[in-house]
Amino acid sequence: MTLHLKTLSQLRAGLERKEFSSVELTRGLLERIEASQGRLNALISITREQALEDAEAADRERAAGRSGPLTGLPIVHKDIFCTAGVRTTCGSRMLDNFVSPYDATVVERLKNAGAVTLGKANMDEFAMGSSNETSFYGPVRNPWNTDLVPGGSSGGSAAVVAARLAPVATATDTGGSIRQPAALCGVTGLKPTYGRVSRYGMVAFASSLDQGGLITTTAEDAALVLHEMAGFDPRDSTSVDRPVPDYAAQLDAPLSGLKIGLLKEFFDKGLDPQNERRIRDALAVYEKLGARLREVSLPNLPLSVPAYYVVAPAECSSNLARFDGVRYGYRCSEPRDLLDLYKRSRGEGFGAEVKRRIMTGTYVLSAGYFDAYYLKAQKVRQLIAADFARAFEQVDVLMGPTTPTVAFALGAKTADPITMYLNDIYTIGANLAGLPAMSIPCGFVSNLPVGLQIVGPHFSEAKLLNVAHRYQRETDWHTQVPEAFK
Amino acid sequence: MALTREQIENIAHLARLELKAAELPVYQTSLSAILDFVGELERADAGTVTPMAHPLPGLSQRLRADAVTESDLHETYQANAPQVAAGLYLVPKVIE
Repeated sequence: MTLHLKTLSQLRAGLERKEFSSVELTRGLLERIEASQGRLNALISITREQALEDAEAADRERAAGRSGPLTGLPIVHKDIFCTAGVRTTCGSRMLDNFVSPYDATVVERLKNAGAVTLGKANMDEFAMGSSNETSFYGPVRNPWNTDLVPGGSSGGSAAVVAARLAPVATATDTGGSIRQPAALCGVTGLKPTYGRVSRYGMVAFASSLDQGGLITTTAEDAALVLHEMAGFDPRDSTSVDRPVPDYAAQLDAPLSGLKIGLLKEFFDKGLDPQNERRIRDALAVYEKLGARLREVSLPNLPLSVPAYYVVAPAECSSNLARFDGVRYGYRCSEPRDLLDLYKRSRGEGFGAEVKRRIMTGTYVLSAGYFDAYYLKAQKVRQLIAADFARAFEQVDVLMGPTTPTVAFALGAKTADPITMYLNDIYTIGANLAGLPAMSIPCGFVSNLPVGLQIVGPHFSEAKLLNVAHRYQRETDWHTQVPEAFK
Repeated sequence: MALTREQIENIAHLARLELKAAELPVYQTSLSAILDFVGELERADAGTVTPMAHPLPGLSQRLRADAVTESDLHETYQANAPQVAAGLYLVPKVIE
């Protein structure tokens, strides 16, 4: 089997057995990345020289018997994670020239574990988008059909893994930005519990919702990488001080007696009937594995999208106020005065969707509207979180579709923001309640991948990975590779 | 809820965003639609509910000790600034 088709775990075993070197692996994937750029546009920066240097160093470390858990294994970082000495654009003209003075904690930890960074993945501008079409660097295309979107905002990360350009990519999820592109690209996406993974050096969008995670081809690989990413970080005030379990050790636990709740609200009229069939097929596999299914209702869940589109823009308008054209980032030419400098630097530096969200947020936080919008949304959020908590008194995990449909055409939903926002109708609930959730491939509709979503209680990542892994032992959807990238 | 052109101009000013004339009607339409959409929250019965302050139950924002932990890195940080002189960020003259 050619190297790019191997999972991270298989690559690790191959490096250990000296079947190939990290330099060979890294060079091969860099060539695949460079050859794919014209078709996919999945990366914003390719760090070829540094990657080869790091791979050489990794091979030396391994030869000297000093290998870490990920020594010599290639990774791509979403361009929202700061990387010292390599520009971090967040998909925006605003940060086109920004070279971070430091590494994000996630980047630092994976580096310390031995991973080799190949480059930075394209993404929706400031992670605001569900199709990767808001990037200043142009849209990413779906490896399964390049006329279609890969989803977003971690569209680059999902495309990289789906096209087998790297076995793992970091990603972030504020309203579905890991799970939705993972579903549309046929890969495994994990959004951990709020606070599980450090956000230090991860460009902020909506601080009560943002969480870093990852995209891989298998749950087994996700377990391996999450173990290195997760854990307490004093530099992130939302980081939770709690031990990181050995996720890999629990992957094979049997599922007999597992109580699965089917989210009634997710099997609604918006769900494509063909996608629903794939989800029902997956549930039947779980029944065969000994799980018990029952329908669960979360009555306030239909309010999750409206609540999100108050809370997220409000926090975005506050977070993005830091881009002032003074300390770093884009500055307009020849400002007349300070106000003109602020306004034109921001007006020219931000793209259309980011400006829309900043303005929505500014409006809902403005005098006289705070109670009606932000406060009300935070109350509704509490109701949704309580719905989830009640459900988890009865079941171990919740399941349903990740998205209502398979991938759609580029440009199909850009005209109407609400249509685009509704792509995340099934994913936003987990963010509002801070819950961990995954999307795993569970079949195809019209040759396009469908994702099964699994949501668990806070800090249940080990259970989610176990549930996903057992399914992947029974099925081969996660091993399917787009024809053009075999 | 239909926002007027003047309201959009005011929101853009508050957000310190310079908009081109052609952008105004686009945002007028889309922001009005978004506010209609989130207006659905009105029908939620949340009268006595405490607004969520932290996504994890029982947790609140952790505070660090009030101690100096960073060294002086102004030269490193200012390498990213559009205009710097003598360790200071430069902006257009504020006081005439």
